[in-house]
Amino acid sequence: MLVTERERLRDDLVNMADRFGRDRSALMPILQELKRVHYHISEYSMQVIADLLDIHPVEVYSVVSFYSFLDEKPQGQFVIRLCRTITCEMRGKEHVARQLVNDLGIQFGQTTPDGKFSLGWANCLGMCDQGPALLVNDSIYTQVTPEKVHGILEECRQTFGVHALAGKERAT
Amino acid sequence: MIAKTLQGSLTFSTIEPGSGLASALARPAADALGRIDASGLRGRGGAGFSTSLKWELAAKSPGDRKYVVCNADEGEPGTFKDRVILSEFADLVFEGMTIGALVIGAQRGIVYLRAEYTYLRAHLEAVLQRRREQNLLGKSVCGREGFDFDIEIRMGAGAYVCGEETALIESLEGQRGEPRNRPPFPIDTGYLGNPTIVNNVETFAWVVCILAKGSKWFKSIGTEKSTGQKLFSISGDCRRPGVYEFPMGITVTQLLKEVGGEGAKAVQVGGAAGQCVPAAHFDRTIAYEDIPTGGSIIIFGPQRDMLQVAENFLEFFADESCGQCTPCREGAPKLLEGVKMLQHGRCSMHYLQELCSLGASMQLAAKCGLGQTAPNAMLSIVDHFRDEILGRTDAI
Repeated sequence: MLVTERERLRDDLVNMADRFGRDRSALMPILQELKRVHYHISEYSMQVIADLLDIHPVEVYSVVSFYSFLDEKPQGQFVIRLCRTITCEMRGKEHVARQLVNDLGIQFGQTTPDGKFSLGWANCLGMCDQGPALLVNDSIYTQVTPEKVHGILEECRQTFGVHALAGKERAT
Repeated sequence: MIAKTLQGSLTFSTIEPGSGLASALARPAADALGRIDASGLRGRGGAGFSTSLKWELAAKSPGDRKYVVCNADEGEPGTFKDRVILSEFADLVFEGMTIGALVIGAQRGIVYLRAEYTYLRAHLEAVLQRRREQNLLGKSVCGREGFDFDIEIRMGAGAYVCGEETALIESLEGQRGEPRNRPPFPIDTGYLGNPTIVNNVETFAWVVCILAKGSKWFKSIGTEKSTGQKLFSISGDCRRPGVYEFPMGITVTQLLKEVGGEGAKAVQVGGAAGQCVPAAHFDRTIAYEDIPTGGSIIIFGPQRDMLQVAENFLEFFADESCGQCTPCREGAPKLLEGVKMLQHGRCSMHYLQELCSLGASMQLAAKCGLGQTAPNAMLSIVDHFRDEILGRTDAI
């Protein structure tokens, strides 16, 4: 029998609810896991989560729209967040930003047409003594220069699947 | 690996693991609380509330279910000491949380880790697992009958305001991270309505040091109202940025000398929510009673444009405001607009005074610490650098 994408998504969400619980406090962990696995928190998935937790879908949407690491727009496989806060600015984040825009061919807030990369800003990443800093998904890169941008993107392109980069610290 | 950040030696590395908890378990829980009280320890997140008073109130608060929450939502610009503590001294933090649980009678602990630090999670989970195997967590901790306590890690999702304790609790409950009215305080109405203590990462680690080395030792350092050592995150225009341990009450001049930041034009103490201290005031001390800080020190060299600094901080607040209360939601963008007028050399003195008065209203009327502190940096820059910011002709 043909399993549609929606059915699979629904099964995934039910599994997540079984794992994290079906009370309201499980909402954030479910959303975070959904985004990690599917890169997208769609209207459909918000409705399914609302049903599972027995809350109104608007409640789910209000949480998704509040947090900057949750997003109702589809995200790329690699979400790049460049720190824009003061010390990274003093250390030249503007030049890194320009090179990211040049190399990816998209502006901040956009996703590449192939769905590989999303580019955005982050507020203070806590790397103030070794900026400019950026996150690629969960991995942190420090002392980034415009020249190093290409290498970081190539590393992502050559990685099969997002998980190869997840949870690792990397220096540049 | 991330470049090494630690500068000099820290008290944390001299503490024998488990010594604080052993000392707390050896005597009644009230005794541990008394020793923390005698040390004068105040919250290391920056607000400076007495740790022992918070714990005492939570201990007295009626309820079968109580929670110990570690605030690892280190979002203040210029702060990174909690990242270093969690990477290098996670055991101390968990031990401090366990002592907190013993004192207030909690069964569950939660570390609220900011999403930007997700790469630390695997390490922290491994430390927790080891502690469970060593019976430092779980059922009958350290063989003490009836003392069950375990810790879980919950992730934030990129919201600065969740560093505020009631917003953090809202977030844990699966809500938007909007601060609550206080009172009621978390000590009686916290996570899921239960008594909860929310403390900074560093505070928990210091509790262990105090129980291991004695409250007299801690009280002998620092000033009368701000006792003990404190971790500082130093960044900006200096030769040796990183995490340092200094006694409370250190002057800005002394601090600059230690980190190689002599010749600075101004120092931002306390991050975006803190204040900008000009060179003329470098003899002031960093302590709760003078210039308070959660540890963020950003140094500005002579070449820095202070308006750019004010602009960056206000962009930060305009972006991070939760939008719940009007003074903060509307005030931060208005101040930012004013800074842009100053940058273009198109701000009259009259309008500047209006902006300052708006800032003062925000300090009074905003609901939470974010809105109340949002105008601080700009107001102190306007105060101290008028000649630099008024009448600009180099329009950008």
